[in-house]
Formats: sequence, structure tokens, C-alpha cells
Amino acid sequence: MSELIIEAGRTEKNYWRDLWRYRELFYFLAWRDILVRYKQTVMGVAWAVIRPFLIMVIFTILFSRVAKLHAPASMPYALLVMAGMLPWQFISASLSASSESVIQSSNLVSKIYFPRMIVPASSVITSFVDFLITLALMAGMMAWYRFAPDWHLLALPLFVALAFAASIGLGLWLCALTVEYRDFRYVIPFVVQFGLYISPVGFSSDVVPAKWRLLFSLNPVVGVIDGFRWSLLRGQAHFWWPDLTNSLIMTAVLFSSGIWYFRKMERGFADVI
Amino acid sequence: MSDAIISVENLGKKYAIRHQAQRGGYKTLRETLVRKTASLFSRQDRQAAQARTREDFWALKDVSFDLERGKVLGIIGRNGAGKSTLLKILSRITEPSEGRVTLRGRVASLLEVGTGFHQELTGRENILLNGSILGMSRLEIRRKFDEIIAFAGVEKFLDTPVKRYSSGMYVRLAFAVAAHLEPEILIVDEVLAVGDVQFQAKCMGKMQEVASREGRTVLFVSHNLPAILRLCQSCCWIARGHVEQFGPTQDVVSSYLQSSHANLSDWTRAGHSPPSIPHITQIRVRNGAASRASTITATDPITMEVEVLNSESSTQYQLAIRISTSDGIPVLTTTSSDQHCKLTVFPLGASTFTITIPANFLSSGSYDIICAILIPGGPLIDVVADKVGFHVHQGLNHATFFQDQRLGIVTPKLEWRHEVSAQISWSDR
Repeated sequence: MSELIIEAGRTEKNYWRDLWRYRELFYFLAWRDILVRYKQTVMGVAWAVIRPFLIMVIFTILFSRVAKLHAPASMPYALLVMAGMLPWQFISASLSASSESVIQSSNLVSKIYFPRMIVPASSVITSFVDFLITLALMAGMMAWYRFAPDWHLLALPLFVALAFAASIGLGLWLCALTVEYRDFRYVIPFVVQFGLYISPVGFSSDVVPAKWRLLFSLNPVVGVIDGFRWSLLRGQAHFWWPDLTNSLIMTAVLFSSGIWYFRKMERGFADVI
Repeated sequence: MSDAIISVENLGKKYAIRHQAQRGGYKTLRETLVRKTASLFSRQDRQAAQARTREDFWALKDVSFDLERGKVLGIIGRNGAGKSTLLKILSRITEPSEGRVTLRGRVASLLEVGTGFHQELTGRENILLNGSILGMSRLEIRRKFDEIIAFAGVEKFLDTPVKRYSSGMYVRLAFAVAAHLEPEILIVDEVLAVGDVQFQAKCMGKMQEVASREGRTVLFVSHNLPAILRLCQSCCWIARGHVEQFGPTQDVVSSYLQSSHANLSDWTRAGHSPPSIPHITQIRVRNGAASRASTITATDPITMEVEVLNSESSTQYQLAIRISTSDGIPVLTTTSSDQHCKLTVFPLGASTFTITIPANFLSSGSYDIICAILIPGGPLIDVVADKVGFHVHQGLNHATFFQDQRLGIVTPKLEWRHEVSAQISWSDR
């Protein structure tokens, strides 16, 4: 019979086993969030497609006609924007959702035991589902512009994994911080807004002057977006390999430190929430 | 080490209570930064600041007990004693500050009914969600789906959103899911307090089944003492964070009942500035020998003395005393105007009322006294309630002579007469 000892300050070796045991909860919480979103709506799941479509249209108009930023090479500007929007939407939506997730599930956290990491992780999964739908939309768009991707597409799953890791890392940090310091609830929308302008969503990374390049590439989203553009658009978007290395390092740091910090703070959640 | 499935050793849980102008208790980043920067420069500052702002509150301290496999343990205590904190630690929701707990089985806890239910989802969806949150696998839920629905009795409304359910249906569904968990250790916290009589009976039945037939270990927190007496073999009484008593249910429950009754035989008004209207200053309960006693034998008369202070011009009022059982059932109400059917003059200054309840009248048990000055049909001038009580102990009298179990709030010794009314002669038969 397995013995479980509960003591102050004892790190749970069982935690990772518990995460595996509760693995279905990842699915159920994400499923709940998605179901609830479209309850009592007329359009229902159609919203999942219409929303990103409208965003894409608006941003294309905004950045190309109004701000007059143009694509560097012979590709439709809309595709460039969309290839950048795709990962950006995923990461920013994950951040906003996961930072609020534990607070919103405060009744669960204070009444039931389960590994708390599942809560922000399932918000990331929910955003991932949206991402997949938008990816399908992108495929449709590429068919429309008769722009077929080539072998670069094989690298896409790698960049998706990178985006996932960055989302979870940042999400765990923000989530744990928000439970302890409620200020972060108000800081995050601002950070997300700001992030939109310092990430190469509406513009290409090429326009960033060389002296700012290093600082710029510390933003993990940069590597992800550039990677997406590179793999979806036949390598025509210029790709800077140091960017990718920085991104990988930053993401690895964020991911591991996020897990560490979250685990550290998790014990006190039920007392603080 | 015996076959203990739960071992608790010196468990303690400490919370920090803040005492400054703390808005809501949430930390803000600004405060933490300012405080930490200030404390960098002065160690004294840091310590002083900590001492000033934090007070340690021990919700639990030195709690130790062992629970064997297959037993049902009841946990009782007043509100705020630390029972829920203990359950939270056992359920791994919060960490202890000291001590340790050893669990030798899978734990499932029911600390609140319907946790995880989402209002927008249908009953069917919520069963899946709630079951998963409580730790059941998808396969398990699907297997027990029909049983759960049958237990809850909501077949017709399975596909309507839960926000449309009546509170009774909601609670039945929530409990139905939780009742079909199959853990080795089940922890239940006062959830049976909700629901109608039928539902409570159903829950009670299920709990009994879980404990006796399926042989699981159950920890049951409740204020429903009859339920505790029925279900639990042993009981733990927690008071102010400590284990007050641990043992067979009967013993612990009667100690608990005795203590929680306000068995004060004397009460004096604490007071700096007494009100100017007539008010009660002292109440004393005495037994036949006029000595203080909060436990009085049924063969003694009970004397109550009420002191009243009146600083207005002498006016006419009524002093009323009501005696109720500890369950709140009123036994009798007697007033100062009963004897002569007119209001009493309260003279200026202090005066004492003495009331005697005859011997061999009240049954054994605990009683509470409410004392009031009033104008009949009008407002209450002064009331003293929940402060004085006494306990009647049977002793040897007419009721206990033949050792019968006498029911009734009063056990008076009444006059009986027995006379022959008609003779039957041998010739009539």
C-alpha cells in the first residue's frame, strides 16, 4: 500500500505522478471552457472562425493601408500579417487566460485537491484549440492567394512547440504572481498591448535596426513569429538564426523557471486566494 | 504501527493575521517592494515591522490521532474550532505548518457540494466535469453514469443547464456524483446540512452503506449529532484547535453537549454605565439548600433570584421568566403578575424577585432561562437571554424508583386516587 506523507515544506515527489493520474482533467477543463463560450449563442462555433478572420482583415487594412507598412518580398501582405498574427493570438490569449485562471477557479482551489498546474495549462490548451482553427483559416487563405508552402512547412511543428512552451512558461509565472499580487490583473492587459507593438506582428523583423536587434530578440515571441513566417511562406521571410537561438534559450528559461516558481507558490494558494 | 490508515502526529496550522490598515488582505506589489526596501536598511525595522503587523493564529495545534481502516470517525466541535482546517490538510488542499500526516490510502473529499459545477453546462456535462475534478476517470464516470442519474433522480432534466435546476435538484445531483467515488478514505464536511428530509435520509443511507458494506474509512464532520451517533464508532471533539477528547462516540458527544450548554448558574450585568430604565442586574439559580449549583437534583426545589435596579420614578412593569429546554422548546413562562393579576410596582432603587419551581417537577436535562422586564402587550424594556441555565439531575424520586424511562418535558409528581366504582358480585358473572 502506497504511503503518502504530508508535512510542512516537503516537496511532493508524487506531484508528477499525480499530474499523470489527473491527466484527463486537462482535457475536461479545456472542454468546459470551450463549451461554455458558445452556450446560448446563435452563431455557436462559427464565432471561433469569424473572430480571427475579422481580426486578420482589420489588421491587414490597418497595417498596410493606414500605416503603410509593406511586405518586403513578393508575397501578399495579408499572408505576412496572418502568419504573424497566428502565433501572436495564441500566445497573448494564453497569457490573458492563464493569468486569471487560478483566481477564477478559486472555489476549486480551496475545496478540492488536484495538481494546480492543470488550471493554467488547460487555458493554454483552450487557446491552442483556437489556434488550430485559425491555422485552418490560414490554410484557406493561402489557397485563395494560390500560395502553396514548400518543405519549410516541416519546421512548423517545431515552432508550434516553441510557442506552446513559451505560453506555458509565461502563463505559469503570471498565474502564480497574480494570485499573490492582484496588481498583475491590471498590468497584464497593458503588457499584452505593449507586446503587440514590440513583436513583429504588423511588421517584418527586417525593419528593426541592427543595434536594437539583440534586445529585440530577447522577446521569445520574436523567434516564434519569425519561425512561423519562415516555415509557412517558403522561407521568403528573412530569418535570422541568432534570433532563434535567443528565443530557444529564453523559452527554456521561462519554461523551467515558470514551473519552479509555480510549484513554490502553489502550496500557499488555498490560503491566499 | 497498527493498521492505521490515517496517522496524524502533532499537526499544527498557523495563519498570519495582519493588524494594520490592510485593504482586504491581498498583497500589493507596491507595499511589498516598499517594505522590503525599507527593511534592507535596518534589521530592527524589519523585525519591528513584522512584530507590529503580524500576529500568529494557530488554527490547529498538537493534533494527534490514529484512525484504523474501515472505521467511521466523527469530528465535532463549535464553529471556528478548526475542523475544516483539519480536513483541508488531510485533503492536501493546504499545507500544515508543523507536524505530519501519514495516509495509507487514496483520499477523496467532499468539502462542498457541487464544486466545479458550471452553471451554463447541462446536468450530463456537469456529471462528467465534476466526476473528473473529484478524481474519477472518464471510463469510471461512464460506467457509473446510470447509477448516478438514478440516485439523483433528474433523468428528465439531464440536458438542461444546471442554472435552471431547483436547489434541491442541484444538491441531489452534486451529491450523487460524489457518492459514487470509490476512494479508500472518504472525507465529508457538513455537506449533509442542505437538502430536504428525503434527501438527507438518502445521503445518510448512502454513507452508512459506504461505511459498513463497502468497508471504507470515513471521516465525517457534522453538527448533526444524531447522525454522528448513528454513523460513527469513534468521535473526535476539536475545540480551539486542540483535540479536546477522542474516543467512543457516546462519551465524546455527551461531554460536548454538556460543555456547550451555557451552564452558568449566576449572571451579573457587566457594567459601567447602567441604563436609566429599569434593568436586570443579577440572576441567581439556587437549589433547595440555597447554595450555588448549576446541577440540581430533581428532588430539590429550584429557586431563582432576580435583582432589578430602577432609577426612574417607581413604575409598574412585569418581570417574566421563561424556561426552555436546551433544544429550545419552551417549558413554562411565569411572570410577577401571575399571583395577583396586576402589574408589579418597581420601586426606586434595587429590589429582588424570588421564584421557586417546586421539587419533582422538571425532567432531567439542561435548561436555559430567559428573563425580561416588559409591559404586557407592549415593548420589552430589558431582556437577558442565553446567559443563565441549569441542569436537572434525576436523583432518586418517583420517576426513577422503578427505573423506567420517563418521557416528557415535565415529570411532576401528581396526585392519584383510586376508588372502587362498581363491585362485580359472583352472581353477575
